[in-house]
Amino acid sequence: MSPADVNTEHPLELEAPRFSVKKPAVRHDKQGEVPDAERVKRAMQNFVKDFGRTAAIYMESCVHCGNCAEACHYYVTTGNPKYTPIWKIEPFKQAYKREYGPFAWFYRTLNLKSAVSVERLEEWQELIYDSCTVCGRCSLICPMGIDIASLVTLARHGMSKAGLVPHELWAVAERGEKEGSPLGATPKVFKERIEWLVDDYEVEIPLDKAQAEVMCAMSSIEIMKYPESIVATAKIMKHVGADWTFRLDGYEATNFGLLSGNAEWQREMSMKLINAAIACGAKTLILPECGHAYGALRWMGANVYGKPLPFRVLHIAEFLAEHVKSGRLKLNKIGKSVTFHDPCQISRRGGAIEAPREVLTALGVELREMEPGKGLNWCCGGGGGVVTIHRADPLRYRVFQLKMNQIDETGAELPVTSCSNCRQTFDDGQAHFKWDKTMNSLLEMVADNLEEEAA
Amino acid sequence: MDLLTFARGPGLFWAVTIFVIGVLWKLVGVVLLRAKPDLSVARKPSAWTGLRLILTRTWPRREFLQSTAYTEVLGYTFHIGFFVALAFYLPHILFFEDVFRGLIGVNFQGVFGVSWPYFSGGVIYFSGAVAFAALIALLIHRIASPVKRLISNFDDYFSWLVTIAPLATGMLAFSHVGAPYQTLIAVHLLSVELLLVWFPFGKLMHTFTVFLSRGTQGMQFERKGATL
Repeated sequence: MSPADVNTEHPLELEAPRFSVKKPAVRHDKQGEVPDAERVKRAMQNFVKDFGRTAAIYMESCVHCGNCAEACHYYVTTGNPKYTPIWKIEPFKQAYKREYGPFAWFYRTLNLKSAVSVERLEEWQELIYDSCTVCGRCSLICPMGIDIASLVTLARHGMSKAGLVPHELWAVAERGEKEGSPLGATPKVFKERIEWLVDDYEVEIPLDKAQAEVMCAMSSIEIMKYPESIVATAKIMKHVGADWTFRLDGYEATNFGLLSGNAEWQREMSMKLINAAIACGAKTLILPECGHAYGALRWMGANVYGKPLPFRVLHIAEFLAEHVKSGRLKLNKIGKSVTFHDPCQISRRGGAIEAPREVLTALGVELREMEPGKGLNWCCGGGGGVVTIHRADPLRYRVFQLKMNQIDETGAELPVTSCSNCRQTFDDGQAHFKWDKTMNSLLEMVADNLEEEAA
Repeated sequence: MDLLTFARGPGLFWAVTIFVIGVLWKLVGVVLLRAKPDLSVARKPSAWTGLRLILTRTWPRREFLQSTAYTEVLGYTFHIGFFVALAFYLPHILFFEDVFRGLIGVNFQGVFGVSWPYFSGGVIYFSGAVAFAALIALLIHRIASPVKRLISNFDDYFSWLVTIAPLATGMLAFSHVGAPYQTLIAVHLLSVELLLVWFPFGKLMHTFTVFLSRGTQGMQFERKGATL
């Protein structure tokens, strides 16, 4: 299969358990030729560009209690205080107080907050990107109720404008912008994949229908690494009798614009899906097993579009749960013990916590919850674009051990999740630690257990 | 003008003025910032129920209880001790009632129908001492804990200083130790005034912003059905 690797500058690595660009011989963690002062200016201006009341309230409320460290997998596994979540946005907190807060003049006059330098921002790149999956666990421990993860996202906006994004994350985001997919799942590749899957699996996969009730999207990881997910989607759609389609003008739900902090790219990527869904008159847009794609469209989509979306946005697990409830989705009982890994952006921060459990209940599994579980679940360590960054690997493996232990402690036979990014992080961790557990996809598990007579 | 006259007169006036204007300036400056409407379809019909976070975040979730116990227990010990000493000490109450009467022209009792309750001096002294000890322990923790030491700045230490100062001077005044009583009262008043003047500029503002930030997270997360 050709990865259609049209970008020779940042070639993809599609053979390893974790998909990214190849490990660069020379890192370019600074993009563009811009004077340092200009970088700092851009970072700070764009940090505050979307800086409304909410962010200002959060900025004014921190009492430096340090509790957030205890919720962060990076701090908990390393004991290194620099991974304290609120410290990860320190230069931006400093700049807010010095330049933009109600008492900015006071802080400047007494020099209580020094000006931020480009060196400081470069130093912080590791904290804002490599060691934050934006999992939002810290937001739940903060006694002041500060949503620290949302501030990291704002900080990434600033860093992206300043051209200070880690090499690989920037490279895949740029590929997404130029080619329509960060991991080589261009429209041509997607079309070829579908043709191949239709032949090999003898399934019907509608593409580019002019009108459809339901439009489905996939993540590039699924298209390139887990193409069975496409087949699973098709089988399930047929099973429930959905009038559905994929569309080449909007199929890629992965949004590295969001993860890298490039708000313009984020918007363009989201608008492709929104326009495609509108073009085919879809009443429902189904997002794939991808954590950040859910946040990008379900919660940010309408805000990007500028008005309420004229269709519903559902994660595939929510769609499955709806059809379990309606009785259209009839499943065979698996009879095994299962533990469900909650993807942070879907469960903790997205609110779709019960849907996958309702589907698992319909599969007749013995569900063994992790401790802590559900919305307090530990992140796998691959979210927020971290899994693409090679230099972050040692740290990522360290935090992954927390996850392995959690799953092992349940004693469940099968770990299951509903995020392909989590899944590839697990695949990579499994290979690294020679772990005896393989992460399963809820979607594929459902597709493999459809009741025949109902199909 | 002697020290006590200054502390009771212009000192108090300007400290309260800076406090009131500063607090309003900061709160209004933040609240008036643009807030983009969220156009996504809420999972829950009313986000207002998320305001419960203002109460529920008062104590950590079970999962975080153990790891945050030291900070939480000492934090609460300080806050409760400080509040009791501030609000239930008869001379303080007489002072507040005086201000109350001055502002609205009627007695506290005339408005609320009950008199302001108070504790004996011994209870107040004990309460102040407990708050004092908790603050010392919190400072030690701030310096000893690698996390807290790293994230601490001038604001943390200065706010600590202006908070412990009224406790220390109040306890000295109560015990009549170290200087003539009038001087002790003047120093106590001046330390309170220092706290009031610094209040709007630093972290002490969390007294007010805690409600805003918890309420904001609560409402934003609730509409998504996200974990609170």
